[in-house]
Amino acid sequence: MKNSKYLILRRLVQLGLLALFIGGNVYGWKVLEGNYSTALVFESFHLSDPYAVLQMLATFYMPLSEVIIGALILFFFYALIGGRAFCSWVCPINIITDTAAYIQRKYKIKPLMKTREVNRNLRYYVLGLGLVLSSIFGIAAFELINPITVLHRALIFGIGFSSSIVLIVFLFDLLILEHGYCGHICPVGALYAATGRFRAIKVYHDKDNCTLCMKCKIVCPEPQVLGLIGKETAKIKTAECTNCARCIDVCDDDALKFKL
Amino acid sequence: MSLSRRSFIKRSAVASVAAAVGMGMSKELSAAPSVAENDWRWDKSVCRFCGTGCGIMVATRNDRIVAVKGDPAAPVNRGLNCIKGYFNAKIMYGEDRLKTPLMRVDAEGNFDKNGKFKPISWKKAFDEMELQIKKSMKELGPTGIGIFGSGQYTVQEGYAAVKLMKAGFRSNNIDPNARHCMASAVAGFIQTYGIDEPAGCYDDIELTDTVISWGANMSEMHPILWSRVTDRKLNDPDNVKIVNLTTFTNRTSDLADTEIVFRPQTDLAIWNYLAHEIVYNHPEAIDWDFVKNHTVFATGHADIGYGMRNSDHPSFTDKERETVKAQESKVLSKAEGTSLAYLGFKEGDTMEMKNAKAAGKHWIIGFEDFKKGLEPYTLDYVAEISKGDEDESIEDFKAKLQLLADLYVEKKRKVVSFWTMGMNQHTRGTWVNEQSYMVHFLLGKQAKPGDGAFSLTGQPSACGTAREVGTFSHRLPADMVVKNPKHRAISEKIWKLPEGTLNPKVGSHVMKIHRDVEDGKIKFVWVQVNNPYQNTANANHWIKSARKQDNFIVVSDGYPGVSAKVADLVLPTAMIYEKWGAYGNAERRTQHWRQQVTPVGDSMPDVWQIVELSKRFTIRDVWGEQHIPGMDKPLPDVTTKISEFGYNPSTTLYDVLFANDEAKGFAWPDPIGAGFGNTEAEGDKRKVVGSDDKTFEGYGFFIQKYLWEEYRRFGEGHAHDYADFDTYHKVRGLKWPVVDGKETQWRFNAKYDPYAKKAGTGDFAFYGKALKNLPQGSLTGVDGEKEKIDLSNKAKIFFRPYMDAPEVPDKEYPFWLSTGRVLEHWHSGTMTMRVPELYRAVPEALCYMHPKDAEKNGYKQGDLVWVESRRGKVKAHVETRGRNRTPKGLVYVPWFDEKVLINKVCLDATCPISKQTDFKKCAVKVYKV
Amino acid sequence: MSKEEDKMATRRKALTDLVKGAGYLALGGLTWGGYVKEAKATEFALRPPGALPEKDFVKACIKCGLCVEHCPYDTLLLSEHGDKKVIGTPYFDARTIPCYMCVDIPCVPVCPTGALDVTLLTSIDEETQEEKLDINKSKMGVAVVDPDNCVAFWGIQCDACYRACPLLDEAISLVYEKNERTGKHAFLKPEVHREVCTGCGLCEHACITEEASIIVLPHEIVTGKVGDHYIKGWDKNDENRLRKEKELEKIGDDMKSTLDYLNSTDDLLDEE
Repeated sequence: MKNSKYLILRRLVQLGLLALFIGGNVYGWKVLEGNYSTALVFESFHLSDPYAVLQMLATFYMPLSEVIIGALILFFFYALIGGRAFCSWVCPINIITDTAAYIQRKYKIKPLMKTREVNRNLRYYVLGLGLVLSSIFGIAAFELINPITVLHRALIFGIGFSSSIVLIVFLFDLLILEHGYCGHICPVGALYAATGRFRAIKVYHDKDNCTLCMKCKIVCPEPQVLGLIGKETAKIKTAECTNCARCIDVCDDDALKFKL
Repeated sequence: MSLSRRSFIKRSAVASVAAAVGMGMSKELSAAPSVAENDWRWDKSVCRFCGTGCGIMVATRNDRIVAVKGDPAAPVNRGLNCIKGYFNAKIMYGEDRLKTPLMRVDAEGNFDKNGKFKPISWKKAFDEMELQIKKSMKELGPTGIGIFGSGQYTVQEGYAAVKLMKAGFRSNNIDPNARHCMASAVAGFIQTYGIDEPAGCYDDIELTDTVISWGANMSEMHPILWSRVTDRKLNDPDNVKIVNLTTFTNRTSDLADTEIVFRPQTDLAIWNYLAHEIVYNHPEAIDWDFVKNHTVFATGHADIGYGMRNSDHPSFTDKERETVKAQESKVLSKAEGTSLAYLGFKEGDTMEMKNAKAAGKHWIIGFEDFKKGLEPYTLDYVAEISKGDEDESIEDFKAKLQLLADLYVEKKRKVVSFWTMGMNQHTRGTWVNEQSYMVHFLLGKQAKPGDGAFSLTGQPSACGTAREVGTFSHRLPADMVVKNPKHRAISEKIWKLPEGTLNPKVGSHVMKIHRDVEDGKIKFVWVQVNNPYQNTANANHWIKSARKQDNFIVVSDGYPGVSAKVADLVLPTAMIYEKWGAYGNAERRTQHWRQQVTPVGDSMPDVWQIVELSKRFTIRDVWGEQHIPGMDKPLPDVTTKISEFGYNPSTTLYDVLFANDEAKGFAWPDPIGAGFGNTEAEGDKRKVVGSDDKTFEGYGFFIQKYLWEEYRRFGEGHAHDYADFDTYHKVRGLKWPVVDGKETQWRFNAKYDPYAKKAGTGDFAFYGKALKNLPQGSLTGVDGEKEKIDLSNKAKIFFRPYMDAPEVPDKEYPFWLSTGRVLEHWHSGTMTMRVPELYRAVPEALCYMHPKDAEKNGYKQGDLVWVESRRGKVKAHVETRGRNRTPKGLVYVPWFDEKVLINKVCLDATCPISKQTDFKKCAVKVYKV
Repeated sequence: MSKEEDKMATRRKALTDLVKGAGYLALGGLTWGGYVKEAKATEFALRPPGALPEKDFVKACIKCGLCVEHCPYDTLLLSEHGDKKVIGTPYFDARTIPCYMCVDIPCVPVCPTGALDVTLLTSIDEETQEEKLDINKSKMGVAVVDPDNCVAFWGIQCDACYRACPLLDEAISLVYEKNERTGKHAFLKPEVHREVCTGCGLCEHACITEEASIIVLPHEIVTGKVGDHYIKGWDKNDENRLRKEKELEKIGDDMKSTLDYLNSTDDLLDEE
């Protein structure tokens, strides 16, 4: 097979973080406690999901500074450095949706809709709608269904019925909409997509090396960000790119790489 | 820090859940089918648990117990129960009931001390027991075997066990767990009255004005009686006073008008303070008529040790020796310097324990001597040594003592003093029991309705079986003792034994049986209705010697517990409602019940087990000449005299003791048992394959009735009269002596007690016969010049001094440890821990301690700590709130929980007179795990 | 097609797209909103110590599970679908594992959002005059006794709940009452004092009846509220209950209904 350096690295990071969370709960490790909504790091500071905190603010609840700071840390980290790296390097759902995409490719499964048939901006509406509903019902609306935390809880506290939402995401991506959940719906990723334009780490495309084999477009979960392939030598600006580096992995021509 | 705490707590939670699962709780009852009540059979019975003796009604359907109810006609409880009683229906149906004999065997199925338990047949079980008993007796004589008996035996079981042991095997090594529970009360009764058991009855509660509880947490340990005390208080709240004397705050303090928290062991000083107050400051309160006509003053030796072995015993560790050396001599403390001044001692002197072997000896003294002995016990002195809570001001404490004295002294005020283990489990337990009578006698407040010192029993038949039947190493039925040739002769006559069969040498008491096993002097032990490896102090020694040395331990039990784990052979045993039986409670009330259901599995009643064993021995095996250690002459060969009884050398003990002609005269079926089974008499539907590998078809006669009728002949005409068997199946128990069909409420009082009336000594007669011929002397000893005095119909007022406990907290072991029970669980928890509801209510034993003590030592509520003494250690969780609130410097750990085997920590020091262990005092350190 | 028409078509399409978009949004919003409303309409839940009032708690809880992780007794659970609690929020079932009232309250200070509010569990140490955590201030719920099934009310000497209570004699005390039937025993009935009860559930856990006869319920469920128009004349402090809050209500003005009432005399006159 081709080079899978980044893929393996990403999986290691994702699973490593998950292991730390589980270890924190089951064995009392003090590295990462909590979950993807809010994690306590080395018992000293919190990291919080900015979208979860936004929803909380939308309910007109002013939380303690711990989560505000935790959310700001993550917000600025992703906005200024990693972009949507959360989605591809941290989020465990990514493993699920990547797997769905992989199966689609491998077994030539045609979902109901191709990814381009559905507006990618949908996720920004979901993002907004989540905040509106949070405000109306006085409860963080998306957190009731967020598959990320559901998966996390399922892994730690046992597989309950709510973990079926994870299977729903998988089947949705596999059978209904290509790159459906992460690419069109998830408001957590949407927030990073909307704010990551000025991230430091971006994928750089060297047109001169490109042989237009288009392998990168096949594997990319957000293929619309690869509009520049074969056209210009530049960094991918749009923050919808998850910095997953699958394109870098599959490129045999050294036409793609990370650049600060 | 929080990591370790977290993981410990989590792990222990998992462990306790696992243990709970292993214990196999009963599920079946919760899924009981709904049946019409008219399918049920109701019959009267008695609660399995404490010494209160509540009557219950048992409902059975299809040979299963389906429900119980409090018996509304029972005078004790009038239909009520505590929560243990509430669960009587569930105690027999735990999933892990023992159902078949189990033995440690090797691969070939032969006994192997280091083998694993495997099911075996009853025949194989008895084969091995026979072999082991014969082996031990051959090597060591009759004293090479022992029985741990019980205050929870039915009367018939205890009687059968004593008969087999004392008349059959000629061994007096049978002693009940009641030794741990009531021995000091017994010794107090015998020394004071010459006859055992309380003068009064529960009706005193309704008749008294004052209830003083001394070391008895009645609200948890005697809940039904406590509800009667509560009712009494409600009836007349201003007049009725309740005082709780205790070493820590417990639930009995709730209702109390006054709570007196005293330093452990100083109850001795407080009683003397009361007497001092009476004699010195309120002489007008002395009932001189009573005192002069019915009592004498007496005292005994003080240098009697603490019932421990000598410190040179090889099994002790150096740490243990630090404490045990007090058995030989003791440097007197400041408090003792004052209290023992009458013997010429002062603080710092060394007292040699010269009279350890004559601990029970006592003699008559004059009133002036008595008064002189009391002289040091002023309010100042007693308050200083006895204040138990360092946070309480001495003035407050003095005021309470003063108030206590005022209540006792007040002329018209009726006073009942109740006590249980606080005063009995005491290295001076006999003394402190006697002191209670001292105060009540001086005031003339004894043996009268509403007035009296009343010893409450712990176990359901500590009175009825252990004491009245005499399953103690020194006793025979009806308060007779093996030492007394007349008593032996009476017993031999009733039991139809050749003269000289009975062994006159007192056998080993509970502690000594354990010690003898460790010393290789006893090699066969049978545990019946008892859990001695959980309930005996300094348990590490006994568990180790049972498991590691050459001996054979048999445990008969309904459930697997610590003792079964230690055993070599486990016999599945029928539980209370699976057999005919009788219990006797604390107020001398004897209550019988019928067999309600067929036993579970192949389990069989204790009576059957005892009788089956007797079939294995012939007169030739046991009645030849026998050497008894410590006796100059051997037990005589009595086989020469047997022909006049119609026996021959091959006659089995079964034929002599249990299936003789008289026994066979009690026919089964009997109208009293119509509709009820009788496993011993007729076998049962299970067709259990018995000790001879044949189906057990029953003995063919009413053995339980025979045992009762023979037993009651011992007491008839000797103030221990019982009614006949059938009567007890028609009434709700009767308080003995039952004379002309009438029970006796207040003994020794001529108005109520026909024996007292018959004595013709006025209003009272303390007619007990034991220890009634006493020498005279002074506080310091017997005066050889003066002649002995006959004390017929008189009681004794003892002077007993204050002495420290043998082990007191010090720098290294800074806490007192007290142990005891909780309401929810019975004794070692083998039954109640299997009732899911009770298990959930109190799943584990906690270490109760003062929050400041915990804080000071770096742990807190819920932390896991080691509780360690010079003898052993256990882990327990700290409880700084809740039902027991200890003063600083004292911790309390209940003993029901085998996971917190606190008796590994306790000191096996005993009252040297009663041989009862002091479970309430030793020194420990407590530190975080 | 003219440019005009083209423009019109584009405009129309834009309009249609807008309406369609709004339709999608409404579809999504209503479905999702419906779910949220349903998910919030739950059975009561016993929350960890220091939890804000339920309405605020569900806003504030970020569902991170840190409190659950820090509970040393495995008391706290995160709700799942089917638990009938707001999903992902912490709660406990006292009958299974009650709150053991740790003195250091490990579950609360770790809460990053303040949904579990340390200030609600803080008191002043009498000796040092310093602030300290005080688990006894927690208000997780209130224990309620079922007098029909509590065996103490039958006269059984039980009171397992009372002895299990960490604030024994404060949160649960015994009421003594004569048992007239037996004539010589007393009832010892447990009585819960709401102002002290923390709702830890140790009583419910200990209760020896098949289903617990003393159960812990949230304050909202068991606590009533007196009208703000009456004050206990015998209690000086009761006035304070209302003083601060009392706002004057507007006097109603509904002449029409007055007139309607007066003018409808039909039912006064019996038919002849």
